[in-house]
Amino acid sequence: MSNIVVDKSKVPWWVSNVIVPLVNLTLALLVSGLFVFIAGENPIEAVKLIIFGSFGYIQGFAYTLYYTTNFIFTGLAFAVAFHCRLFNIGGEGQAYIGGLGVFLVAINLSFLPVPIVWLLAIFGAFLFGAAWAYIPAYLQSKRGSHVVITTIMFNFIASSLMIYLLVDVIRDTNQMAPHTVKLPEAIWLPSFEAFSGILGIKIRYSPLNLTFLLAIASLFFVWFLVWKTKWGYEMRAVGHNTQAAIYAGISPHKNIIIAMCISGGLAGLLGVNEILGVSHKIQAGFPAGYGFTGIAVALMGRNHPIGILPAAFLFGILYQGGSEVTFEMPNITRYMFVAVQGLIILFSGALENLFRPQIESFFVRRLNREVNA
Amino acid sequence: MVSPILELSNINKSFGHVHANKNINLQINKGTIHGIIGENGAGKSTLMSIVFGLYQANSGTIKINGKEINLKSPRDSIINGIGMVHQHFMLVENFTVLENIILGFEGETVFGEKLQKAKQDLEKLCQTYNFNIDLDATISDLSVGFRQRVEILKSLYRGAEILILDEPTGVLTPQEVDELFKILRALKEEGKTIVLITHKLIEIMDLTSEVSVMRQGEMVGHTKTEDTNKEQLAEMMVGRSVLLRVDKKEIKKGETIFQVNNLSVKDDLDVTRVKDVSLEIRSGEILGIAGVTGNGQTELLEALSGIRKVESGKIELFGEKISDQDNFLNPRMLKQKGLAHVPEDRQRMGLITDFKAHENLIFGYHDQEPFSKSSILNNREITEYSNKVMQEYDVRPNSPNLITSNFSGGNQQKIILSRELNENPKVLLVGQPTRGVDIGAIEFIHQRLIDMRDRGAAILLASVELDEILSLSDRIIVMFDGKIVGEKENKNVTERELGLLMAGVA
Repeated sequence: MSNIVVDKSKVPWWVSNVIVPLVNLTLALLVSGLFVFIAGENPIEAVKLIIFGSFGYIQGFAYTLYYTTNFIFTGLAFAVAFHCRLFNIGGEGQAYIGGLGVFLVAINLSFLPVPIVWLLAIFGAFLFGAAWAYIPAYLQSKRGSHVVITTIMFNFIASSLMIYLLVDVIRDTNQMAPHTVKLPEAIWLPSFEAFSGILGIKIRYSPLNLTFLLAIASLFFVWFLVWKTKWGYEMRAVGHNTQAAIYAGISPHKNIIIAMCISGGLAGLLGVNEILGVSHKIQAGFPAGYGFTGIAVALMGRNHPIGILPAAFLFGILYQGGSEVTFEMPNITRYMFVAVQGLIILFSGALENLFRPQIESFFVRRLNREVNA
Repeated sequence: MVSPILELSNINKSFGHVHANKNINLQINKGTIHGIIGENGAGKSTLMSIVFGLYQANSGTIKINGKEINLKSPRDSIINGIGMVHQHFMLVENFTVLENIILGFEGETVFGEKLQKAKQDLEKLCQTYNFNIDLDATISDLSVGFRQRVEILKSLYRGAEILILDEPTGVLTPQEVDELFKILRALKEEGKTIVLITHKLIEIMDLTSEVSVMRQGEMVGHTKTEDTNKEQLAEMMVGRSVLLRVDKKEIKKGETIFQVNNLSVKDDLDVTRVKDVSLEIRSGEILGIAGVTGNGQTELLEALSGIRKVESGKIELFGEKISDQDNFLNPRMLKQKGLAHVPEDRQRMGLITDFKAHENLIFGYHDQEPFSKSSILNNREITEYSNKVMQEYDVRPNSPNLITSNFSGGNQQKIILSRELNENPKVLLVGQPTRGVDIGAIEFIHQRLIDMRDRGAAILLASVELDEILSLSDRIIVMFDGKIVGEKENKNVTERELGLLMAGVA
């Protein structure tokens, strides 16, 4: 057991918010490198492939940003709920149902002017995601059922519900696979190819689309909501000290529900990227784990939009670079990168305080020496 | 000349911009009870945490028995014979006394012979100092006074020669305080050295042989206790002369503005804690509620301030019903009607200690102009306001962006007070306004309450400090077992009279 007590007020912000996460990340990558080595491949080559795959050519970089978009949504979703001290691990299910919202709005209102369809579809995604989060929120606030349990159950329920819908209700009946018909092409969100054409770059295909800007806007939205509005203030108050919130006349019930609904809504926006932007139809299992990885993104980003952006980008790099590696190195499977993600979660989340005291006290002593000298 | 057992020279310690200890020199002689007194935030606890190895000083040396030592952690201090009893006890609730004492000290004593040996040693210690503790009792069954004894015993068992006690009497009843003092005197007789950190002058005069005074991070004086008196010490603590008694004008009673009829309230465990209480408060008067903690004052205040549901009866403000068994207005609505509440437990209820000071200064008023407009917080207004009130209420340090838990108890209380008094409430409910607050701040807080009264507010003051009730109240009611057992005008009431009522015997 370490007995190091660090005077927190002396730790510069960049040590606790930049250096410590970087150290944890490096450790996770080192251990991952070891795995790669054991699997019989050269870790240095793997790193080169990751970097080339995610930055080396324009299409690869576009893929990286496309993944980043999804992680921003699910990372923000987790962070918002967490500021009310709610552990929303139901991002996966909320994103799934959010996708249903996008599709239903877009397909039924496709006769409207295109930008209006987009806006309504975004709204639909948010609303459906929020509605799916509302039920666990209600159960938490009124009945005390813990959201960790209920949200994870709601992931399974969402999955079953969507399978049912995709098989029996909204399946494209011209074929047998569990997915819907495609949306009319007119209302697809413009993808990066279209823009790159204007810039004179020619690429074959990229999933990156206008939703990326929506993700950036969401970062601002969350920052503004949590720190600049009375709602954010009340959510944080309930999260930090429920007793005090009651004393000040702030309703814990109301704020638990608001925080969870905004959280679920943000997760739902993932559907905009996937359905309006990329596949243009609902496919079974499209959230593909983004909801869970969002937890790691938020933890790594310390639940702040400024941290979530680079964390989401990092996971984007891993996803894109990782698929490049699995393609080039036969001994490395897709699951290896699930393990790498797991290691990052382990080091930046669960073992976050493993080295924090040592690093912080090192810098505190170091800086003091400079001051005293 | 006795040689000092503990000698500190030129100790410096800063937290961020706050210089908590400035060039502290201190000598503590063997076999004495040495008092360290100072306002909250004066740096006493910081200094002792350095001695106990919890913090490391930025500079300065610590000598024990003339030998310079380097204390990197509490373990080093324990090895060097220093023990500390914290304000908040560090005990495992569902372990026995014995288990708590040997916990972490000797890994192998949990079973067998060594355990028996430890038990015998402890029993001997208990006898020597008359501790009267059952070593096999579970901590959760013990009262606060006994838990404190376990802490002391733990330190002694680990070989403490110097025992540091941080505000030991804050949580004790008067009888428990007497018992504690007996134990401390016995320890002194046996040659142990005791360092007593406190802000209560009576304890210093009662117990210590030497006293050191701290003010704003500096050591402002050392003296033998017999050469000084309470007034002089108080003056040294706050740096000016202090009125230990409150000056207050003749009462100008107005009409009744707050009325409670036949109120009953249940607690969270569904036990009726307030039984059929009726009271009224007039404009311009302070109604004091005296009583031993846990006789329903907490639940009464919570019901009156809209936090807790009323079981039966009703509450009226300006003749308008605000609460009965069917519905109650929530605290924010009550605030808008001019009812403010300074809660008993400032850290559990009055503040969000993880928030910055300016966020706490608007807590509960955050959705009103000018702090927020159409739900968006106006940071410029909030900062401007925070700077203003923190100056006005002398909150130290005057930094609105500091996290609230970094302020001392007294300054935290001032943050709450400034927030609740600023709107000029018509009715003010106050619980334990000066618990854990230093003398300088007590005087300030009392004066603010008197000012509110003179401006015509109706004030309900619940306090376990009889002194406070007697010096502030115009009228006193005594609560026992949830009922009002006595009501007196505050003229020629004696502490004895109230004490008997509080004990439920009169």
